[in-house]
Amino acid sequence: MTALRVRIEGLVCGRGGVAAAGPVDADLAAGDALVVSGPNGAGKSTLLRTLAGLLRPLAGRICVSGMVMADDEAPLGLFEIAHYFGHRNALKPAATVAANLGFWQRFLGEPGMSVGEALARVGLEGVGDLPAGRLSAGQARRAAFARLLVARRPVWILDEPTTSLDAASQERMSEILATHRAGGGILVAATHLALGLTGASELRLAGAPLSAPPGLDLDEAALARAEGWL
Amino acid sequence: MIALLKRDLALALSAGGGGLVGIVFFLAVVATIPFGVGPDLALLSRIGPAVLWIGALLSALLSLDRLFQADRDDGTLDLLLRGPVPLPLAVLAKCLAHWCATCLPLVVAAPVLGLILAVPPEALCALVLTLVAGTPALAFIGAVGAAVAVSMPRGGLLVSVLVLPLAIPVLVFGVSATYAAVNEPDPFLPPFLILLALTLFFSVLGPVAASLALRGAED
Repeated sequence: MTALRVRIEGLVCGRGGVAAAGPVDADLAAGDALVVSGPNGAGKSTLLRTLAGLLRPLAGRICVSGMVMADDEAPLGLFEIAHYFGHRNALKPAATVAANLGFWQRFLGEPGMSVGEALARVGLEGVGDLPAGRLSAGQARRAAFARLLVARRPVWILDEPTTSLDAASQERMSEILATHRAGGGILVAATHLALGLTGASELRLAGAPLSAPPGLDLDEAALARAEGWL
Repeated sequence: MIALLKRDLALALSAGGGGLVGIVFFLAVVATIPFGVGPDLALLSRIGPAVLWIGALLSALLSLDRLFQADRDDGTLDLLLRGPVPLPLAVLAKCLAHWCATCLPLVVAAPVLGLILAVPPEALCALVLTLVAGTPALAFIGAVGAAVAVSMPRGGLLVSVLVLPLAIPVLVFGVSATYAAVNEPDPFLPPFLILLALTLFFSVLGPVAASLALRGAED
């Protein structure tokens, strides 16, 4: 079995047909980390959502090799082997933290740590029985991060993972990320803070000037023709 | 998929779910009819089944807009979109949970409310039967509307307006089957079988269309 490898070739991503970032090229082997940086609005989140399969790339492709799924088939795409950790925590405020995590464990398949272990790992022992809505912003962020631990997936796509975390929790998260990489995992993270990722390659997205959507530049002749139709 | 079904059901029935608002609305609609129409028992028992069906339809539409919006707001939808469960099946599970939490109580409440309208017992039995067969179709059609309006903050009315025309056939055959059970010469089975066919048809079309709409909403 060959090692996991993710290649991103000429990936251009955007929303509604308007390019926001790219073309992006990257080659990630097991244990690698890619830090996506850039000013606000540079397209970091758009790039990560494209990698997570939530947006369709405008051009280019993402290749995954060296990975075999439970059913002996190659994964359909990066999204099948990746955790996406976005801005929103995907926790139901009415359900307890443990119920939330237990659901994701069953839904995502390939169970990793138990819910209790994962909560201990992010420093949230004893909150499993609280409704998720009662947690503070930082605690909720950490509880959501525990989702990445309860289901095993080799690629982690993290969008600003350290939002509202205090220094101690950031330290703890760096540790978890390092353990994940040491175990052959791949990280793609958009962040403003250093996450203590040694040897991470960096992808700097320049803030592209917002271009007008295509098809809106009408000239006088076209307008006259259109009016003639009416 | 089973996990998703169980969780949605638990959330809908818990305090913040608002799953039982529909039944209160149903009660309000049906209880006002005798006041408006007047105490004419013969007339009430004649229009009763139709009133109950319309009430059930409106109450089923009432809670539809939150079907996907809550999931979108807290980021759950992102994970469902690219989860290991195919999206149409995830939508199907959500629809079934929604049906159990909001439509099943309506079916249970319908015979009780039918007494207010002096509906004869055999019509009540037929009503329950047609509601059980027909309301899943409303949930599946509604899922399409809810998916289209998922990114709109005040999409509730839009969902109802989008869904209502599609739900008319269900209403027509549901009511005609109920009347056919009471009025002697009309056969009960043909409209009832068409109602079942509508439910089966929309149970396939609804989740597929809703997942297309959800994916489209991301771009």
